Amino acid sequence: MGLSARIVAVPGLWLALDIIVCVKYVPDVSSTELKVDSSGRDIERRGLNYDINEWDDYALEAALMLRDKHGGSVTAVSIGGEEADRVLRRCLAKGADKAVRIGDTRLNVNDPFTVAKVLSAAARKMSFDLILTGVQANDDGYAITGPAIAQHLNLPHATLAKKIEIVDGRVIVNRELEGGVEEIVELDMPAVITVQSGIVELRYVSVLGIRMAMRREIKVMSLDDLGLSSEEVGEPWIRVEELYAPRVERRVEFVGGSPEEVATKIVELLKRRGLL
Amino acid sequence: MGEVVVLAEQRGGEVREITLEALAAGRKLADKMGLNLAALVLGSVVEKLAEQLSEYCDTVLLTEDERLAQYNSENYQRVISHIVRERSPRVLVMGHTSLGIDLAPRLAVELGFPLITDCIDVEFLDGRLYATRQMYGGKLNARVSAREADGYILTVRPGSFHPSKAAGKGVVVRLAPPELGGEARKRVKGLVAPTESGVSIESADIIVAIGRGIGEKTNIPLAEELAKLLGGVVACSRPIVDKGWLPPDRQVGSSGKTVKPKLYMALGISGAFQHIMGMMNSQLIIAVNKDPNAPIFNIAHYGVVDDLFKIIPALIKKIKEIKGMK
Ligand SMILES: Cc1cc2nc3c(=O)[nH]c(=O)nc-3n(C[C@H](O)[C@H](O)[C@H](O)COP(=O)(O)OP(=O)(O)OC[C@H]3O[C@@H](n4cnc5c(N)ncnc54)[C@H](O)[C@@H]3O)c2cc1C
Repeated sequence: MGLSARIVAVPGLWLALDIIVCVKYVPDVSSTELKVDSSGRDIERRGLNYDINEWDDYALEAALMLRDKHGGSVTAVSIGGEEADRVLRRCLAKGADKAVRIGDTRLNVNDPFTVAKVLSAAARKMSFDLILTGVQANDDGYAITGPAIAQHLNLPHATLAKKIEIVDGRVIVNRELEGGVEEIVELDMPAVITVQSGIVELRYVSVLGIRMAMRREIKVMSLDDLGLSSEEVGEPWIRVEELYAPRVERRVEFVGGSPEEVATKIVELLKRRGLL
Repeated sequence: MGEVVVLAEQRGGEVREITLEALAAGRKLADKMGLNLAALVLGSVVEKLAEQLSEYCDTVLLTEDERLAQYNSENYQRVISHIVRERSPRVLVMGHTSLGIDLAPRLAVELGFPLITDCIDVEFLDGRLYATRQMYGGKLNARVSAREADGYILTVRPGSFHPSKAAGKGVVVRLAPPELGGEARKRVKGLVAPTESGVSIESADIIVAIGRGIGEKTNIPLAEELAKLLGGVVACSRPIVDKGWLPPDRQVGSSGKTVKPKLYMALGISGAFQHIMGMMNSQLIIAVNKDPNAPIFNIAHYGVVDDLFKIIPALIKKIKEIKGMK
């Protein structure tokens, strides 16, 4: 079990940090048209590009930075089928030391409570000082997983981290509140932190790096490996019953034509409004 | 005793708007379920707040303790789970705010209450709880159900419910806090105000706002040229600040600035709700986005479905023309 406090609060003492980063692979939907599939509960996933969840990318980056500063290791963990390997390889290419995929067809990955339970069971099998994950995921945006893991493991937590520092064996987190105000909290370790976008600059992954990562091992674990029965992760706590295009009354008037025509129309509009 | 309990949030001793909105969501459920509506007020000296809130609900549950003076999830969780065990409310409602995001998931797991976050509508039907929420950056809506349980938790999206109006007078019930001693593993050290770098986008009449669609930092001068010709300033969505391309005080949205200019041009911004929150009251919104389904068009007055790298240069050229510039 990784919950024993390995950190000794002696100033100046070298301490290594073992960090678990939970990452999700999500479809990139920013400029694609989304269709609801025949079940009516999910999107049509064929033809979509998948990538690491933006917030998890920042969590990984923050973890790598902490490890580079204090020593230790970063383990990227994801739940899903083989398609999740791509994201884990990207984590390895960026500098993660290990990658673990929990692949089990019995798992309902669309329920954040199931996900949190499984990830905390996986964490129990590892030794760690910190668990980092994104504030939320691009796709469902629940923002549940991180604090739910903390509760399962009975660990202190902080959400919406814009800055993470280790001082004397404790972790200091700047939490982002509304309007850009930040709240400073101090946590004992081990702890769980959810990372807000923009915490550090994201590093670039080279094609060569990805290619090298192809040869690295991704450890695959099943529910049995985690000591979880299928009943324990059976019924989802929440589920999508229906997915549909928002029924909003748009007031928008579309301006069409060639760029020159559009520009002319907009300039006319601005003149009429006294804005030009 | 059947109740829907709404957790009140305050700032500087004032009830936050989100609390009145959460009370509206709570009222909708309470009426449908035949339950009382209660507000839960936690703090150090907050009796005045409780009095104020009593006009919006049937009961105000008030717990005062100096360790509740500022929000710390550990203490809040201990107090709320204690109260839930004593009073067995059916539904707990909070805002989808930095507080709700922090607190609700832990309480859900501790109590075994299913939680649906960021709800824009709530419903109780045939003995089951449903909520409507957005997914995929606001491109689709989802109707989400919670499995049957003794209780449920909901967080509601700011601005999604019409704030409750004062009506009547509820009773204030004082509840003693549970033992809050024990070793604190989380300590709140204080607040830091955001840093300001100079340009005030809040006072600008004309804003040219760029989003991830701008592609590269080296394209920003294009937006700057347009802003200058229009006599305005450049602002942006969050990813632009996250990348370090513009300073934080240029960010529009829930974690940035709220602006109400005469003209807001949104270029390559998808229109995620956190962005919309900061600019929806602009007098004139013109959006340029190559995706006709981008949610920004749900609030724009005028829309252009095209590549911004074609539209901005054409606009710049046209404005220069009429200004007699070459
Ligand atoms: C707690 C929290 C707080 C947040 N606070 C804020 C906030 O204050 N402000 C904020 O903005 N966000 C905030 N966000 C982030 C928010 O959820 C979105 O991720 C963000 O607003 C997306 O920014 P975007 O629209 O620029 O990028 P995207 O969503 O990636 O959209 C880019 C758009 O550009 C279009 N596009 C691409 N190329 C072109 C082109 N050549 N021509 C025309 N169009 C193009 C695409 O079609 C797409 O619609 C917050 C998130 C969280 C979790």
